[in-house]
Amino acid sequence: MAWQRSRPRLDNENRAFWTGGAEGKLNIMKCNDCGGFIHPPREICRHCQSENVAPHAVTGTGVVDTYTVNHQPWAKDMEVPFVIARVALDDAPGVYLTTNIVNCPVDAVDIDDRVRVVFEEQDGIWFPLFEKVG
Amino acid sequence: MVSPVRKGGLNVAQEAYITGIGMSEVGVRLTRSALGLTLDAVKEAIADAGLTLDQIDGVATYPGKMQSFLGFSPVSSDDLIEVLGLKTRWHIGAAEATAQLGAITEAANAVKAGLARHVVCFRTVYEAAALARPEEFPPLERRKDVSGGSQWVSPFGAFSAANWTAQFAMRHMKRYGLTREQLAQVALNDHANAALNPRAIVKKPLTMDEYMSARLISTPFCLYDCDRFTDASTVVIVSAGDALDEIKATPIRIAASAGSVERYSWDQAEWAGAYPTGRDLWKNTDYKPKDVDTVQFYDGFAFQPITWLEGLGFCEVGEGGQFIEGGKRIARDGELPMNTGGGQLGWGRLHGFGFAYESVVQLRGDGGARQIAGDPRVAIATSGGGPMAAALLLTRD
Repeated sequence: MAWQRSRPRLDNENRAFWTGGAEGKLNIMKCNDCGGFIHPPREICRHCQSENVAPHAVTGTGVVDTYTVNHQPWAKDMEVPFVIARVALDDAPGVYLTTNIVNCPVDAVDIDDRVRVVFEEQDGIWFPLFEKVG
Repeated sequence: MVSPVRKGGLNVAQEAYITGIGMSEVGVRLTRSALGLTLDAVKEAIADAGLTLDQIDGVATYPGKMQSFLGFSPVSSDDLIEVLGLKTRWHIGAAEATAQLGAITEAANAVKAGLARHVVCFRTVYEAAALARPEEFPPLERRKDVSGGSQWVSPFGAFSAANWTAQFAMRHMKRYGLTREQLAQVALNDHANAALNPRAIVKKPLTMDEYMSARLISTPFCLYDCDRFTDASTVVIVSAGDALDEIKATPIRIAASAGSVERYSWDQAEWAGAYPTGRDLWKNTDYKPKDVDTVQFYDGFAFQPITWLEGLGFCEVGEGGQFIEGGKRIARDGELPMNTGGGQLGWGRLHGFGFAYESVVQLRGDGGARQIAGDPRVAIATSGGGPMAAALLLTRD
């Protein structure tokens, strides 16, 4: 997909998520008190309201919770079709990431497929995409 | 608070009613202004109710004026108050609400609380016109500096609610065996009903062959599973029960309502808002699903009525596809006539308010060629397709 991805505006809550790929890390906000994960990232834990939260590097593996093959070019330079998926992370219970499943044909993706993160960098943002494992 | 029903106990003065409905021209790339369309719909609604402008003392809208893309919501409650010269005692226009029909619930609460007697509730949409006139209506910026919820989906090309909703539908296919042929019944039913509705943008029925050969948007959705940008204004007037002597139309009671949001982020929500909202609606009334004569279910995408059928308990979770299979049960002469005006896939993307409008049409028996048989007294109107949802139970007592 050669198109220019939408570029998130970085702030204190989302910076670790969008730039962690520079170090190969998929950072998800985690509560140091209750151990719960907070996504989208916030400065307050949504499980226990603790403010003792910090980005935590997860393993970057997970499963396809659900997906869709997008056929509609929503932007002029968007190449279709491609897979949009919702990935459930193995070690961040309750967190889903909307992402793309890459490096395979669009009809090779199914729910419950095991996937792992691969990063695509554009203009200083490291987008976490996923590819099938095995 | 449980609302009393049919047999005794109903204190009309403490209830809220829809007493007038109105709609502008419905079209695609209309040239009449959005404010003009809104005025048209208001005039029709107050005439329908038998009111005059000087009796309107409240205004409610969803989602209020959206400066980020005016086509989505070009008219504020303040704009309307100004051009109508209203002297209002209560008004609201809010996006941070349960969903589109939440504005009608807010109005109902206002009249019950004595804050207003007659509230104009409106939803004006102008997306088709706005996209055709980008110099007047700058398109939504999706490519740089995205923030808020958009940043979690747009970078992955998931620009549209079609992509977000499609993923819920794919899960239903995998988990419960929903088929495209079942899904198609929503669009086929909508088109068949729209063909009998002179105000609908769709003018003829759709065949299964046409549906199955249409181009895909986002699997499993094809073109006919997605509503299209429409220019229109829809108005309902909500009145206090103790003001019904000022009304000439048959009043339709807002017997119960419900709304919910669990996770605001579409991609963090486990289930569509139709499920918790549907369960809650029955807690707020002693009507039961078997009492319902017609349903007007939000269908920005064809999958959403399936979530409402399941969420409201017309069938078990996962059985919505089987419920609509073949289309007979949801047809105008079926056991649960659905989207009798054509829904958003047939009538146009009226964005929620069309379902309240059509409920009133059917309960009054004013549906003409599309009127359902019998003596319908109970209808459900819903709005919202993602994690936010609202539902109204409407009755002719």
